[in-house]
Amino acid sequence: MTLDDNRLISMANQIADFFKSYPEGEAVEGIATHIQKFWDPRMRRGIFAHLNKGGAGLHPLTLKALQQLAAKQPDLAKSA
Amino acid sequence: MLIQETDYGTPIRLSTKMVTLTIDGQDITVPEGTSIMRAAAEMGTKVPKLCATDSIEAFGSCRLCAVEIEGRRGTPASCTTPVENGLKVWTQTGKLAKLRRNIMELYISDHPLDCLTCPANGNCELQDMAGVVGLRDVRYGFKGSNHLDAVKDESNPYFTFDASKCIVCSRCVRACEEVQGTFALTIDSRGFASTVSPGQKEDFLGSECVSCGACVQACPTATLMEKTVIDAGQAEHSIITTCAYCGVGCSFKAEMRGTEVVNMVPYKDGEANHGHSCVKGRFAWGYTTHQDRITKPMIRAKITDPWKEVSWEEAINYAASEFKRIQGKYGRNAVGGITSSRCTNEEAYLVQKLVRAAFGVNNVDTCARVCHSPTGYGLSQTFGTSAGTQNFDSVREADVIMVIGANPTDAHPVFGSHMKKRLREGAKLIVVDPRRIDLVKSAHIKASYHLPLKPGTNVAMINALAHVIVTEGLVKEDYVAERCDMMEFNRWRDFVSDKRHAPEEMEKYTGVKAADVREAARLYASVKNAAIYYGLGVTEHSQGSTMVMGMANLAMATGNVGHIGAGVNPLRGQNNVQGSCDMGSFPHELTGYRHISTDAVREEFNRAWGVTLDPEPGLRIPNMLDAAVDGTFKGIYIQGEDIAQSDPNTKHVTAGLEAMECVVVQDIFLNETANYAHVFLPGTTFLEKDGTFTNAERRINMVRQAIPPVPGYADWEVTMMLSKALGYEMKYSHPSEIMDEIAALTPTFKGVSYKRIDEMGSIQWPCNDAAPNGTPTMHIDKFVRGKGRFMITEFVPTEEKVGPRFPLILTTGRILSQYNVGAQTRRTGNVAWHPEDILEIHAFDAEQRGIRDGDNVAIVSRVGETSLKAVISERMQPGVVYTTFHHFGTGANVITTDFSDWATNCPEYKVTAVEVRLSNHQSEWQRENALFRQASRRITKAAE
Ligand code: SF4
Ligand code: SF4
Ligand code: SF4
Ligand code: FES
Repeated sequence: MTLDDNRLISMANQIADFFKSYPEGEAVEGIATHIQKFWDPRMRRGIFAHLNKGGAGLHPLTLKALQQLAAKQPDLAKSA
Repeated sequence: MLIQETDYGTPIRLSTKMVTLTIDGQDITVPEGTSIMRAAAEMGTKVPKLCATDSIEAFGSCRLCAVEIEGRRGTPASCTTPVENGLKVWTQTGKLAKLRRNIMELYISDHPLDCLTCPANGNCELQDMAGVVGLRDVRYGFKGSNHLDAVKDESNPYFTFDASKCIVCSRCVRACEEVQGTFALTIDSRGFASTVSPGQKEDFLGSECVSCGACVQACPTATLMEKTVIDAGQAEHSIITTCAYCGVGCSFKAEMRGTEVVNMVPYKDGEANHGHSCVKGRFAWGYTTHQDRITKPMIRAKITDPWKEVSWEEAINYAASEFKRIQGKYGRNAVGGITSSRCTNEEAYLVQKLVRAAFGVNNVDTCARVCHSPTGYGLSQTFGTSAGTQNFDSVREADVIMVIGANPTDAHPVFGSHMKKRLREGAKLIVVDPRRIDLVKSAHIKASYHLPLKPGTNVAMINALAHVIVTEGLVKEDYVAERCDMMEFNRWRDFVSDKRHAPEEMEKYTGVKAADVREAARLYASVKNAAIYYGLGVTEHSQGSTMVMGMANLAMATGNVGHIGAGVNPLRGQNNVQGSCDMGSFPHELTGYRHISTDAVREEFNRAWGVTLDPEPGLRIPNMLDAAVDGTFKGIYIQGEDIAQSDPNTKHVTAGLEAMECVVVQDIFLNETANYAHVFLPGTTFLEKDGTFTNAERRINMVRQAIPPVPGYADWEVTMMLSKALGYEMKYSHPSEIMDEIAALTPTFKGVSYKRIDEMGSIQWPCNDAAPNGTPTMHIDKFVRGKGRFMITEFVPTEEKVGPRFPLILTTGRILSQYNVGAQTRRTGNVAWHPEDILEIHAFDAEQRGIRDGDNVAIVSRVGETSLKAVISERMQPGVVYTTFHHFGTGANVITTDFSDWATNCPEYKVTAVEVRLSNHQSEWQRENALFRQASRRITKAAE
């Protein structure tokens, strides 16, 4: 069961909209940290599930941030 | 005991230069500028007086306060004569006694002699003065021309004006001008014919009067008198407590007869309000005894069933067993709770503790989610703390005041009055708001600049202002170099210097003339003390958090953080929204804004609570509702919040609630959320319990029980019962013990206890070893986070865009007389001012649609439709319409969408694309909701 994908995608992309003016490394880190600190695990699982399906519609920075985050949280990413 | 503050006759003077004089043979030293009357009062000598009172400047009209000064001729008025070194003053002499008696005789000859039946009997300064001067005889008789037949004006729902008792001392007129700043009253005519009159000889209700009560407070006679006092009689004891309406946090004396409140009088020693009040706190407390209050617990299996009244035990056990069943069936994380910003700190703390410790989850949130969550995020990123930087009194030293997306005269009225006073003294004002709010131009106040930006373009505006400051060399370089992170500053400087942020470039988004933006920026940067005050017009946007950071950047760049008169100040909505956030109500934070993933912090709580907390953040309110619609979230405990009316996209909210299997609502009335509830736990008002509220200036104020809890238990006790039934027992015998636990677990509250608050009156956190008396101004020598951090704030237009189908922007807000969802104020006399929500629309937009003033219109967005009355308003700009959300029948949030702030999910209430058209019927939602509402409120009474 996942939350509405579109809503999660747009929320994740909104975060990228804020960080996109920072240098790429910092931006990716910023997005990843934000999602980790403020999204409950089921939301993260939801977005990871979308990521596993290719991550269509995700901002390139969000995509990178989620990949980084998924690598840090393999259990959560796998259960998605 | 009835608390009666000393009236010193004239206002305090703060000069550091001291003056010594002799009064009645005794030496006294007071600050320069003090009146002789006040100096006498400070040594305990009361000079008779009628036209003076210490909330307003002296006027010198009654002459009763005459004194003799050695070496001076005549008998000068002590209220208007300032002290001088070496003066020898006599307040009681034979000559003065005769003079005073003559004056009183004249007053009394035109005054009805019905003292015994007068409602002010026992609390009338005229009566007192007649006694003080020893009046025994009125030689003129009572047959001359007089005002004894004057008609009473009873139009105001809360006080009467009985002109026959007026002594024309003009205290009311001056209070309205000086204290409230409304200028509603005048003295008509001169000499004997003179009378007090609201506006152009209107009645009070029809005049400019905002019913703040300052004139009633100032009136020495029964002329202006509270109706509750007329009905019930004078009080016999008082209890100092805190208003439960807005984030100003005014202190009041609840004036009582037994367990009945007869009057709420603003308390002079209240640090937030200094004896002033607004119509809500002062008068709109009748809801506390309203017949609609639910006083018995109720349960039902399905929301289509009628409610069944049950015992506390049955209700609590039912709720607990349902939560346990749900967690067993759907998993631990299928439940959560919402703490209330209306309840006390102690109650909010207990609810989050219940969620984390008894439910074992972090799915706890609070209504700050939908108002000031971006404030917490934005200010903690830049300054390192999630709260405003100043106390309210700081405004007295501001040279420039920038008000952004706030309407203090309506939403934070007492602070609005203090701000207006400073503006009348000459501080300059910049208003950044789509609407021409009252502050822009009102009696003796005119904004230097009003920047009427299009809703949704705040960040474009703040970047344009910053661009001017950076490119015109207005940055306070030495401050920045000393106090801020230079790497971040330089990066920010490069960012905002870019031409794309210039006011000329941003004009296409904001719609505001570039020249005005440039001038406003120069004005803001030109003074020593420039203060920003902001409200929900900043936070309730998809870029709410970005805007908060943008304002923090601007303040740091101009050196405006860390001293009195400056700062970045959120005007917080609800009475305890600051407190509920401080108390760990957010799903990712424990008390004092410490992240749940921080092991050391969690460990402390684990030890204190005897549990193992989950290190992962929980769901926020919108996420809970999404998860409920999605089927993974099934049960919720909601204390004192009405998400079905206050949260955006009502249909989505109610779909979420409907999808849950156990909704527990704890409130004083059946609110709209309760229509979807399975358990109703009757709540208590602020008059029925002990606790604390924390206002917008981080001030922890006492709430003291004045009457016993109507349903039998205070809210904190109910939470304890529920927690015990869930298997996690909490043991507190008084809220002070809860505060002791908070203080032990929260570094910024370390020095807070009920004892300390009682001693000090109130405490502003942080209060700890480093600041044992609390902290009025934050970040004085350095920022809480160390170096101030500039953040890059790229403007991203909202996705909510106008187009051919929805060509107008709806923005929502509040008005003075109603409060939030209106559950309280709708049940008081305040409906006299705002009986329904209306849609304000510009004449141009109205004409295009054939809408006339007063027509019923439909308003439609992509998510919903409702109908209400249209009012043509010049305060609006073309293309923007405005409404409030105080009435459930209108359901303004049926139209607002679920777009939200990127960082905090705070909803974008301030921007919804809509269309408005003439309509002669209610929307489908309104009709269906009315029927559902009625059905869901049936109650089967328990046998007595
Ligand atoms: S109404 Fe009261 S305060 Fe006003 S002039 Fe009359 S007596 Fe004085
Ligand atoms: S109630 Fe307030 S606004 Fe109204 S006349 Fe009195 S002082 Fe002025
Ligand atoms: S300003 Fe706010 S706190 Fe003060 S009386 Fe009014 S509603 Fe209450
Ligand atoms: S009290 Fe001083 S003149 Fe009236």
